[in-house]
Amino acid sequence: MAKRVAIVGFGQTHHTTTRRDVNGVELINQAVTRALDDAHLTINDIDAIVIGNMDHFEGINYVDTWSIDGSGGYMKPIFKVCTGGTTGSTVAMAGFYHVASGMWNTVLAIGWEKNSESDTTGAIITAFEPVWDRPTFAGAVGGLAQDAMAYMHETGATLEDSARVAVRDRQHALNNPYAHLKLNISIDDVMNSPMISYPIRFLDMCPRTDGAAAVIYASEDKAEKITETPTWFIATSNRHDYTMAGDIPFGWLTSLRDASREVYKKAGIKEPLKEIDMGELYLPSSWAGLMWIEMLGLCKRGEGPKLVADGVTDMTGEFPINPSGGVLSCNPIGATGLLRVGEAAHQIMGKCDKRQVPDVKLALTTGFGGCFWSDVILLGKKKPS
Amino acid sequence: MAKAKGGVEEMVLKGKIKVPYTWYVGECASRFYVELRDNKRIFGTKCAKCNKVIVPPRSSCGKCFVPITEWVEVKDTGVVQTYTVVHYAVPGIQPLKPPYAYGIIKLDGADTGFVHVIVGADLTALKAGTRVKAVFKEERQGNMLDIQYFTPV
Repeated sequence: MAKRVAIVGFGQTHHTTTRRDVNGVELINQAVTRALDDAHLTINDIDAIVIGNMDHFEGINYVDTWSIDGSGGYMKPIFKVCTGGTTGSTVAMAGFYHVASGMWNTVLAIGWEKNSESDTTGAIITAFEPVWDRPTFAGAVGGLAQDAMAYMHETGATLEDSARVAVRDRQHALNNPYAHLKLNISIDDVMNSPMISYPIRFLDMCPRTDGAAAVIYASEDKAEKITETPTWFIATSNRHDYTMAGDIPFGWLTSLRDASREVYKKAGIKEPLKEIDMGELYLPSSWAGLMWIEMLGLCKRGEGPKLVADGVTDMTGEFPINPSGGVLSCNPIGATGLLRVGEAAHQIMGKCDKRQVPDVKLALTTGFGGCFWSDVILLGKKKPS
Repeated sequence: MAKAKGGVEEMVLKGKIKVPYTWYVGECASRFYVELRDNKRIFGTKCAKCNKVIVPPRSSCGKCFVPITEWVEVKDTGVVQTYTVVHYAVPGIQPLKPPYAYGIIKLDGADTGFVHVIVGADLTALKAGTRVKAVFKEERQGNMLDIQYFTPV
């Protein structure tokens, strides 16, 4: 029964701090319409829908039904997915599972968020353990800052090292008309930006964003009839470790390390830096752009800063990271992980205009959730055997 | 004090989450609320494919999955399609002090209903099919409670 699965369409909204012009359902509708247009399909071609957001950001706990007018899900099977920060990437995985199972031929995956509609910390606290961790919870930045501090302590990485990541992703975003932040900034700008939670400064941190993304999957029976450039789903994995801050191995995102190793094993990849062409990675802070590329095995422990400083992850480098501008430039949380997948698919299809990386055959995407869990997805141009 | 089988006191930690939201209703709903607030007029949108007049308005038809652009004014009178009488109290949440009635009101000229409170009725006499008329607030802010309630006519 198991089918090979391809992405055949991707659409995203324009993203900004507050999308006052549309409500959530209308925001979803824009992404869905653009994805259908991209695949030259209509809603009648869609067999099932997977949709996700983080409930508390909007106070909507039944997005599957609530979004019908926008999603086109009227009288279709709909599957709601919410996994916190990884919601978008888990939606992407669930869409793959739906088609890979052989039960549906064409599936629409939707991720969205209107972060403007609530208090981010008040909502994010719901992804943290209540009895022990919430009384001292300091917001999403606090955990990432503790993570970065552990890494600094162990490896000697500097504030300038992380600033390079902040500048890289913001420079890349200048090529992406859909990105929320288009900041033409320098390392000095990052160094001089206000400290939020040491060592994370204002410009080291992702924004919160209103936006939506939609990806269309098709089985091997249909994909090549829909498009001449299907992007094949090569492998995926996810890992969770602990919830409480005291248990999390700060400085080591072991969930990402292990999930990526499983993906490499499934795909037969020995040297990811050489064999994979680029990455759209869920890096919520600039520090993640140092630590987590080490966890992904792109370089050895402690060598992340050098890899970034050498330009290996720039648009012209061996392994461009976040041609879209990444999470540091755009973070509609329930869509953030799905944007990584959609952007990577469009890279392989050659549809990325100014942010296009030449000749992408394999692209790595990741998702990250607040208490340090991880999703990994590898996409490719060649149909898997 | 509750005791577990092992004899230890089973502690609870009480918490409270206060979550403010700002819902940007979008341009479609904004147009509806501005008319309601400024002119006490109620509008729907009409789907060009199924011809249904949808109140409150939507910018796309969920069933036909097409955009809607045509605006249609409907009456401030209509019919109760279904209703209930609320007797339980949730202070701070409910718009009125129980017991009170609320139900689905389909306005004349509309093909869809919406939920609202019904005041001024003998609650025991209320039934599906009761004709009602909107009573507007004196000071309107641009939300559904600018219609203060529906009352039988």
